[in-house]
Amino acid sequence: MAKYLLLKHYRGAPAPVNDVPMDQWTPEEISAHVQYMQDFAARLEGTGEFVDSQALSPEGTFVRYDGEGKPPVTDGPFAETKDLIAGWMVIDVETYERALELAGELSAAPGAGGKAIHEWLEVRPFMGEPETITE
Amino acid sequence: MDEALLRSLTPAVIGTLVRRGADFAAAEDAVQEALVEAVRVWPDEPPRDTKGWLTTVAWRKFLDAVRADTSRRQREERVDAEPAPGQGEAVDDTLQMYFLCAHPSLTPASAVALTLRAVGGLTTRQIAQAHLVPEATMAQRISRAKRTVSSVRFDQPGDVATVLRVLYLIFNEGYSGDVDLAAEAVRLTRQLAGRIDHEEVAGLLALMLLHHARRPARTAPDGRLVPLAEQDRSLWNTRLIAEGVDVLQAALGRDRLGEFQAQAAVAALHADAPTADETDWVQIVGWYDELVRLTDSPVVRLNRAVAVGEADGPRAGLTALGELDPALPRHAAVAAYLHERDGDAVTAARLYAEAARSAPNLPERDHLTRRAARLNAQLRETDDS
Repeated sequence: MAKYLLLKHYRGAPAPVNDVPMDQWTPEEISAHVQYMQDFAARLEGTGEFVDSQALSPEGTFVRYDGEGKPPVTDGPFAETKDLIAGWMVIDVETYERALELAGELSAAPGAGGKAIHEWLEVRPFMGEPETITE
Repeated sequence: MDEALLRSLTPAVIGTLVRRGADFAAAEDAVQEALVEAVRVWPDEPPRDTKGWLTTVAWRKFLDAVRADTSRRQREERVDAEPAPGQGEAVDDTLQMYFLCAHPSLTPASAVALTLRAVGGLTTRQIAQAHLVPEATMAQRISRAKRTVSSVRFDQPGDVATVLRVLYLIFNEGYSGDVDLAAEAVRLTRQLAGRIDHEEVAGLLALMLLHHARRPARTAPDGRLVPLAEQDRSLWNTRLIAEGVDVLQAALGRDRLGEFQAQAAVAALHADAPTADETDWVQIVGWYDELVRLTDSPVVRLNRAVAVGEADGPRAGLTALGELDPALPRHAAVAAYLHERDGDAVTAARLYAEAARSAPNLPERDHLTRRAARLNAQLRETDDS
């Protein structure tokens, strides 16, 4: 098994096919979308492939060390930041092909007009553990 | 209390329950509950007959579960109709459990999870922790695996090769949690070798023992990966090496070579060398030739190129490597090493950095990055002087 991160972006991914902001959807469409996401996670738990799912607030702060004895410097948020992560799902699957298949299904979540959003998700493999036998 | 001994009784007790008429999934659950009770009760009241105690308690747990079931009437009737305990023990229940849990209808990950629970006696929580997934996810993986094998007949002979692949996976996964999966794989393979006379079971046991012996030397105190050539060989476990060599020699004496015996032979030759420089690379190349013949695996050919580089010089190694697909995992790392040995530090540094970018895990990436950094530092010094 290998773990993959399915990454969802607020900004930075190519535009989805059904590109309507969520606040322009009907309340029923939003409910349908939320339900789809919950069902998807529940289904993956049932297949033994679910690891984690989290959403992130769009508001972020940049922080860095500013030298001995000084408080850290903070900056931002920056409106021009290109890559803004919205959330993720971590899956544990047999193959890379399975990871792509599941990302495709997640991207089919319904949006405006009850139609699939076709949102671009980024699939990133986790670093694994070193194998014992390598020679 | 010896928990490994307790857990080693798991498959036999499940088998007894199945032969008494319990279905596998329910029997397995009942034995897990009995194990939990044993851990609780045994320290104060150790039973004289451990297996008898476990069987009695597990059977009671099973009956409790049946009674609690909505369709209890139907199932109780069926259970009552089954033969009394003690009948039909012609087959080795423990061995049958290995076959069932590695059944070809299971995916590798499902077979690993089911084997750890029903043969190894580990809890779902322990298996989940070892694989870094939530307990609920692992519980589903195990119950799906149980459903998949629910119609498999318990008394049919299974395929040893599939069992060995599952045990190899458990050993090689190398995850490090509270549960030592490598040690568990060694225990399960040792138990299997005691029940079945098969040269490749012995070969796999030898392979595991010889690699397990090196474990104290494989990582530095800071977690850094120490490559074989740089390991402190005084840290190797000589007792495990001696056992591994004995098991391997007995297996090889049967003259039915298989891939695990050949891999173990390579490991034995490394174990036999007092220093890395004294390694018998010519013999190792010979074993890789056998492995290529047995498996035709590109990974084996890659390792063979490394061995050729040591036996006949880096140029010969690079020639052997030239016949392989550059897209193979670790191809760049091997090429970097052979170029370094050949004295081409510029190419080696570039390839180490390239290999680090595609490394499949952090310790390996750090190791390759250090190699690149060391060569780059040397190259800067040469430029400056």
